[in-house]
Amino acid sequence: MSAPPPLTPLEVIEVPAGRWHDRVAAALAAGGRFLGLYAEHHSVPAQVTLALGSDTHTTILRTRPIVGEIPSIVDLLPAAEWDEREAHDLFGVTFAGHTPLRPLVAHPAATADWTTPIIGEDVHQVAVGPIHAGIIESGHFRFHVVGERILHLDLRLFYKHRGLEQAAIGGAPEAALALAQRACAACAVTNTVAVAHAYETALGGTPDRALRRARTLLLELERLYNHLNDIGAVCAGIGFAPGAMAFAALKERAQRINAQLTGHRFLFGSVRLGASTMSVESRAANELRAAIAEIGADAAAMWREIRMNGSVRDRLIGTGVLAPDEAARLGTCGPAGRASGATHDARAHSPLLWYPEFTPTRLNDPVGDVAARLEIRAGELVTCCAILAELLRTPITPGRIDARGHATNLGIGVVESPRGQTVAALEHHGGVVRRLHLRTGSFANWPSLALATTDAILPDFPLINKSFELCYACADR
Amino acid sequence: MFVLLRHLATVRQTAALERGRPRSVAIRHVDAGSCNGCEHELQAATNPYYDLQRFGLAITPSPRHADVLLVTGPVTTRMRDALMVAYHAMPDPRLVAALGDCALGCGVLGDPDQMLGALDDILPVAIRIPGCPPTPAEIAEHLIAGLDAARRAHDTPSAP
Repeated sequence: MSAPPPLTPLEVIEVPAGRWHDRVAAALAAGGRFLGLYAEHHSVPAQVTLALGSDTHTTILRTRPIVGEIPSIVDLLPAAEWDEREAHDLFGVTFAGHTPLRPLVAHPAATADWTTPIIGEDVHQVAVGPIHAGIIESGHFRFHVVGERILHLDLRLFYKHRGLEQAAIGGAPEAALALAQRACAACAVTNTVAVAHAYETALGGTPDRALRRARTLLLELERLYNHLNDIGAVCAGIGFAPGAMAFAALKERAQRINAQLTGHRFLFGSVRLGASTMSVESRAANELRAAIAEIGADAAAMWREIRMNGSVRDRLIGTGVLAPDEAARLGTCGPAGRASGATHDARAHSPLLWYPEFTPTRLNDPVGDVAARLEIRAGELVTCCAILAELLRTPITPGRIDARGHATNLGIGVVESPRGQTVAALEHHGGVVRRLHLRTGSFANWPSLALATTDAILPDFPLINKSFELCYACADR
Repeated sequence: MFVLLRHLATVRQTAALERGRPRSVAIRHVDAGSCNGCEHELQAATNPYYDLQRFGLAITPSPRHADVLLVTGPVTTRMRDALMVAYHAMPDPRLVAALGDCALGCGVLGDPDQMLGALDDILPVAIRIPGCPPTPAEIAEHLIAGLDAARRAHDTPSAP
């Protein structure tokens, strides 16, 4: 029996609006890593919450705007740009110094109201979407180009905004979990585990060993089919049909394993609050292990073929570069961040899950192009299969939460999704949800994707887009 | 490359699918606010295990070329206009298919102010594909059954 994991202490600091900028600067200087910023309405004026994390604790800074305004922190923390714009559009908070504070969630009619003015000889705009050519989620891209060369890309997402966070207010935590699950099918396990961690830690509970193992199994099964999908998607992005079809077939095998284990190809309904009922006895675990090993071996063989194909390599190398210093500035997370030299992976500090001796995948030369983003996924696929094999060495048994800490009304859950760090914040009062906020890896990385298209040619956009493979649904909520 | 192609040939053989179909239909997909589950499964229906294309079903990039408008999601207020533009861009005769429980208006989650709800309320739905999300096999079955029904209706001379 292993020792229970240490609880991550949550420190809440109320900050007067006038001191917001200085206080945030100090917290960042002390080593705080950005987890998210959100506003809420349950008190008037709206309250703004910033969550910063370290390996040992989570710091919450809170302030109440004066006449709807607080100082912006985007100069300290460029990664918070979209968070501030969202808080402005949904909760009317103005961030002084964040100029222009362009609409993000709101969709003004006039193009000039939400795009960056790019002026020069022969500069023109190319509008794409919200409906795209293939089987793709909806979102609008406004390219500023000269000829084929992209000078700048303005994103207009949130066509799929369903008000999921709004719908969670006043409901039960179980309903919040259901909403988080439907935020995005491809990240359903990540989002629900993040919400479960948020609520359970708010109640002062920690998962026992069995629950940590069960959830880690589900998270890695989610990563397995997503990474297989995303490698195939890059092949599709360059028109390399054999690679696209081979990885589509591998993804199908992974999803059939999901269905066999949980009754659902996207693992829906497998994460619950406070417990897990999933049970995989020795024989079934061995069979699963063998099936996953076969997928891993076939994927490795297919990956070698892709890597050795000269014309495929030629399309990947040097395409859609996100320079390491830009990735660091924008807080790019997940495989895209690691392809640009970031070393962070939330799995390395996940005491509520089961990642013993986890080391994030690193590239020898993380130059941040499409090739690097593909390479890192292939590497993570190997790690993912190894984690699954290790987990399935012994049976998976039902698990539960052990209550031992003191309860608060706010919890933060941090989970590494196939696309990056996903943070759930859940505030409740006596079991009634007052605020649910999901900051997914996709939401975090969309601005990085836009930057990576600078200087590319228009026909490379679908490929660059697929190399990030961000969810629109997760960002729009 | 040869390993890849050989692998795909093996998959094709083991899948042992019936091939050939006398007619074809072009499908325009529109995501009207889905969770991306229906998109994953529709895409999966074209993988070597299902191979939707062998039934003459093809996804087309243009509504101008489409016979069927296949819609996913609870129709968000922000996607309504784009969806209607796509529908009106299609030539007659055209069919509308609702893919997944959200488009069918079943158990939709979210803020009612942000969504129109069932696709039925704004477009004439001819093909209904339930599920959350429906599996690739279910998508293929419903599409083929719906198209067979449409063809029978077309082939049967209407009463004078």
